[in-house]
Amino acid sequence: MSTAKDTAQEIVSFRNVAKKYRGGSVGVENINVTIKEGEFVCFIGTSGSGKTTTMRMINRMIDPSKGKITFKGHNIRHYDPVKLRRTIGYVIQNNGLMPHMTIQENITLVPKLLKWPQEKMDKKAHELIKLADLPESFLDRYPAELSGGQQQRIGVVRALAADQDLILMDEPFGALDPITRDDLQELIKHLQEELGKTIVFVTHDMDEALKLATHIVIMDSGHVIQDDTPDNILQHPANDFVKDLLGEERLLQAQQNTLSVSDIMSTNPAKITLGKSLAEAIRTMSLRHVDYLLVTDDDNKLKGYIDLETINERYSKDASVSDIYNRTRMKFKKDSYLRDTSEKILKQGYKYVPIVDKDNYLIGTVTRASLVNIIYDAIWGKEELDNPDEIKLPASIAKGSDKS
Amino acid sequence: MINFLNQHGSELIIKTWEQIYISALALFLGILVAVPLGIILTRYEKTAKYVMSISSMLQTIPSLALLTLMIPIFGIGKLPAIVALFIYSLLPILRNTYIGMNKVNKNLIDAAKGLGMTTAQSIFKVEIPMAMPIIMAGIRLSAVYVISWSTLASYIGAGGLGDFIFNGLNLYNPALIIGGTIPVSILAILTDYLLGKFEKKVTPVTKSGVKK
Repeated sequence: MSTAKDTAQEIVSFRNVAKKYRGGSVGVENINVTIKEGEFVCFIGTSGSGKTTTMRMINRMIDPSKGKITFKGHNIRHYDPVKLRRTIGYVIQNNGLMPHMTIQENITLVPKLLKWPQEKMDKKAHELIKLADLPESFLDRYPAELSGGQQQRIGVVRALAADQDLILMDEPFGALDPITRDDLQELIKHLQEELGKTIVFVTHDMDEALKLATHIVIMDSGHVIQDDTPDNILQHPANDFVKDLLGEERLLQAQQNTLSVSDIMSTNPAKITLGKSLAEAIRTMSLRHVDYLLVTDDDNKLKGYIDLETINERYSKDASVSDIYNRTRMKFKKDSYLRDTSEKILKQGYKYVPIVDKDNYLIGTVTRASLVNIIYDAIWGKEELDNPDEIKLPASIAKGSDKS
Repeated sequence: MINFLNQHGSELIIKTWEQIYISALALFLGILVAVPLGIILTRYEKTAKYVMSISSMLQTIPSLALLTLMIPIFGIGKLPAIVALFIYSLLPILRNTYIGMNKVNKNLIDAAKGLGMTTAQSIFKVEIPMAMPIIMAGIRLSAVYVISWSTLASYIGAGGLGDFIFNGLNLYNPALIIGGTIPVSILAILTDYLLGKFEKKVTPVTKSGVKK
């Protein structure tokens, strides 16, 4: 594919893939997804959305009725399905460990199918049990003697035993408690980030997807609804279905997390140029109902600020703004994230912070008031803001306002 | 008792051997046909239903009637008896094999396939070991049936311990009836016990520290 923007090689691609079941019911339709090496891709959707079907087509557990799927550049139809599956890791819900095999036998199941020599398999088993962060004595135990979380750790590392680059995971942590799930999420994130494995992960849990994925594919009734990075999906949900899936709360939180200061700044800051007189400055302040002005040069480059206090102390008829203005103490670049800046503003007590572009041209300000609005949205939700009547006032205040 | 053994001792040994020979052969053939058939049937759900009902139907034919029905086809002697008992042994083994294979956790089969096992590897390394206890239960049940029913085989001239019992009934000689019955029961119990041992041996271990 020459269209790839990034340097990363594509490892799996779907081109117009469809799966129709006998009797005409449609599994999935018109799937076009490209998965690059080293990505953590989450397929997410409600049950019946076709996410598992799509994933299972990669290792030919299900064959598509139409379209082309490639693995490492080759059409998967040209691979022998059994050999293909041995080169792709596979992790399922409820671990799928063989109860009649020891942990070692389970881990080295694929190497054994590939007829590795015994010493190589032993070495691999020891290496992987360490990766799973479990004691080596577990190698001789049977799956039933391990806890659910430990079993799934084995299930995960088993998928790496034959040095697979691509690992498919079908809701692997659905049956685990939240703490165990967190641990395992860290384990697989480590596999992707440190070991460079490509992971295709099916889940219906949006928190899980947002936490792990570098690439999210949202599916509904057999179609891909949105295929993008988590940040882009949060910022630009494709439609109401995606919004619902994300939830109001997450969207608002995401707004805070991914909004840049330029999204909320006021673009009409109270400002004055260097050459103006102090009388002019006072007039502008009273016009704008503020006690400070940002000072720029004639080209609108930010120089500093001037406030009422300074003017008071050092007023003289002939002085101009350039004589007494303060050099600016704090400013933000327009694309800095709100999450990084809001705390500074709130904690350090600035009433406003100028926003500049990369060449230091003044383009706006963020005030405490604009921040408060955002926080208000996050706590109360937008709905109530649209409907101010619904905000419940404490009883005493409500009564008082009735009388007046 | 000693009298009975003196009189019929050598005959008893021969008849017991015949009984073992007939039942063992019938059971062996039953296993040979029903276990693979049961496994194959799990791959063909629709056919399975018909085959299961046919074998259930065969089971409802009274044993004596089935034995006599064999005479026009195979004549009298051991052959028709073995064939009839073989038909009887089919159902429990077939049904248990089918149920046992179907009850294997679908997750495991999915994992086996997804990890790259061939169908044969999945069947022999995963499904049969997992289904073994249920398959063995069917074989044990069939074995006990076949041993006790093979007594009736004497009716169509197959020999065996049934000869003692039928002779006893005809001559009204309780000693002969009991002398034929007790060895049959002992044989059935012993077989069940031995197959139980065997079952333990072929059932896969799932806990460490358990010795076979």
